[in-house]
Amino acid sequence: MAGQRARGKSLVIAAVGWVVAIWIFFPIFWMFLTSFKGEAGAIATPPRLFFVPTLESYHEVFQRGNYWRVTFNTLGVSIGATVVALLFSIPAAYAMAFLPGKRTRGTLLWMLSTRMLPPVGVLVPIYLIARNTHLLDTVTGLALVDMFTNLPITVWMLYTFFREIPVPILEAGRMDGASRWQEITRVLLPLATPGIASTALLSMILCWNEAFWSLNLTSSNAAPLAAFIASFSSPEGLFFGKLSAASTLAVAPILVFGWISQKQLVRGLTFGAVK
Amino acid sequence: MATVELKNIRKTYTSEEIIKGVDLSIESKEFVVFVGPSGCGKSTLLRMIAGLEDISSGDLLIDGRRVNDLAPAERGLAMVFQSYALYPHMNVYQNMEFGLKLAKTPEAERREKILAVAQTLQLENYLKHKPGQLSGGQRQRVAIGRAIVRNPKVFLFDEPLSNLDASLRGQMRVELATLHRRLGATTIYVTHDQIEAMTMADKIVVLQKGIVEQVGSPLELYDHPRNLFVAKFIGSPPMNFLPGTVIAASEEQVRVRLASGQEIAVAAGSAQDLVGAGVTLGVRPEHIRLGDSVENRGSGQVELVEYLGSAAHLHVRMQDGALLVIQTEGGVGVHADDAVTFSFPAERCHLFNSEGVALHRRSSGRMAA
Ligand SMILES: Nc1ncnc2c1ncn2[C@@H]1O[C@H](COP(=O)(O)OP(=O)(O)OP(=O)(O)O)[C@@H](O)[C@H]1O
Ligand SMILES: [Mg+2]
Repeated sequence: MAGQRARGKSLVIAAVGWVVAIWIFFPIFWMFLTSFKGEAGAIATPPRLFFVPTLESYHEVFQRGNYWRVTFNTLGVSIGATVVALLFSIPAAYAMAFLPGKRTRGTLLWMLSTRMLPPVGVLVPIYLIARNTHLLDTVTGLALVDMFTNLPITVWMLYTFFREIPVPILEAGRMDGASRWQEITRVLLPLATPGIASTALLSMILCWNEAFWSLNLTSSNAAPLAAFIASFSSPEGLFFGKLSAASTLAVAPILVFGWISQKQLVRGLTFGAVK
Repeated sequence: MATVELKNIRKTYTSEEIIKGVDLSIESKEFVVFVGPSGCGKSTLLRMIAGLEDISSGDLLIDGRRVNDLAPAERGLAMVFQSYALYPHMNVYQNMEFGLKLAKTPEAERREKILAVAQTLQLENYLKHKPGQLSGGQRQRVAIGRAIVRNPKVFLFDEPLSNLDASLRGQMRVELATLHRRLGATTIYVTHDQIEAMTMADKIVVLQKGIVEQVGSPLELYDHPRNLFVAKFIGSPPMNFLPGTVIAASEEQVRVRLASGQEIAVAAGSAQDLVGAGVTLGVRPEHIRLGDSVENRGSGQVELVEYLGSAAHLHVRMQDGALLVIQTEGGVGVHADDAVTFSFPAERCHLFNSEGVALHRRSSGRMAA
């Protein structure tokens, strides 16, 4: 009896899970379909689920834009911003987790609060700073801005991961003669690898999908995938097919990457609550 | 090997003083045990010696040299943590190797030392195992091995056996004592466990609220507790305490009238000025003798008998309502609700004045160690 009820319950949970997953995935699926319909098929009403696929949209996207170059730019921005963010946030999270002071808690909340401001609120100053430092439309400039916007999140995540590591293990390292540097590199980092990996992954994804600063701080030179997609939306003519093709191309690499590392990601997104 | 000396050591956290001026000197090769109730500052004191906590004031000397400002590793100490604190990402060999590597010991020498220690601790077959694959007792051995392999001047242990089950704890206790005899290193050991403290220590330090209550050999503390606190803390089951009044005192003897009206003679001296004053009579459960007697007689009703196999604990309610524990050998045919008479041997009783300070005892029934 009890076993049957538990089974029924887990079936319900599974069903709800599927509904939510399909709900979330449907737009991506529809985008994927639309990218193979061609422009005419893309706007047909009622929308068709079965059709003869065509690569017409992809041809045009590759002709009108430089996919490889923008992908390269995006990779540069994402990897650069992530590496630098880790270089800053690992020492910061170490200090906050293991040497907390009276203001640590406040500092953490304050850092997070910077994420509550809509980015457009600081568009003008950041634009001007980027222009005056000649970082407009450069991979470096965009990577810097992405890095700074993600820093609060990476510090928070690493902080929660570090807090899970038993302090006596670090103290044992100190008793064994480890310097602060050795304590971090030889004891803490190997123990925190899953946490650091998922933090890096999240930072990569955030950079990859970032649109606001990409659109406002780059034009031709350093344009990443977000700008590439946007360039196919036009005020006139048909563009749904091309837009879908460009979007599919843009999400493909990170989707594959995310798929490969989904185990880490799930752990990361639960903020290390799962042991 | 090494002496350790604490001179007026204090520790203050933000506003609260946790360690309130500890003076202690530890001889070379001595096995010193810190005991005291939870929160009295045992771990804090140990961690200050280790160098994991700053010393707020006072001097810490190792081999006569002031080490307050030295990093833990430079003090020549090794510590075994309650939680073992092994490096989970390293195997047993690497765990023991880490400190040697950091000290830039040559590879061949490292290998030799680790293999020797592994043999001593019966860990040879586990060198490639990660800590997660070991049992509690094996982990404990690795933690001890990691400490030994660096050949420290002083060993520090913070409740190292408290995570083990009772039988393993007994076994490890013997192993640790044997190891200490062989290595002869100065050792400071924190524990909650009476048996560990009594059996392993050369010297026990009883702490309360950041203050040293008494320092002495296990038998000194057992026979001559300096005050009520130590008397309560050392010994299991704990000493019985009965309030009373001094009615007469001579050079050799103090006569005390208990609340029940019974008169007890105690072999304690120099209490002439206490006549008429309130005192506390202390007597250990194992020292009360069952059976009738002329001197120091008491009686009551048995409320509960706890059989421990080799001994039994009788919980006896005296006429005035005071509860007394009497330890007897084996089952003596006494049952709950029986009336019993017993006596307090004069030379085994302790007296404490109204401040809880012990009166000098003339005899302990044994030569002081
Ligand atoms: N970092 C800290 N900040 C403030 N107070 C602390 C800190 N560490 C310890 N204390 C306090 O110091 C006192 C002594 O703690 P300590 O851990 O030394 O006790 P202990 O004797 O080892 O107790 P136990 O037997 O439970 O291990 C406690 O009251 C504790 O609350
Ligand atoms: Mg403690």
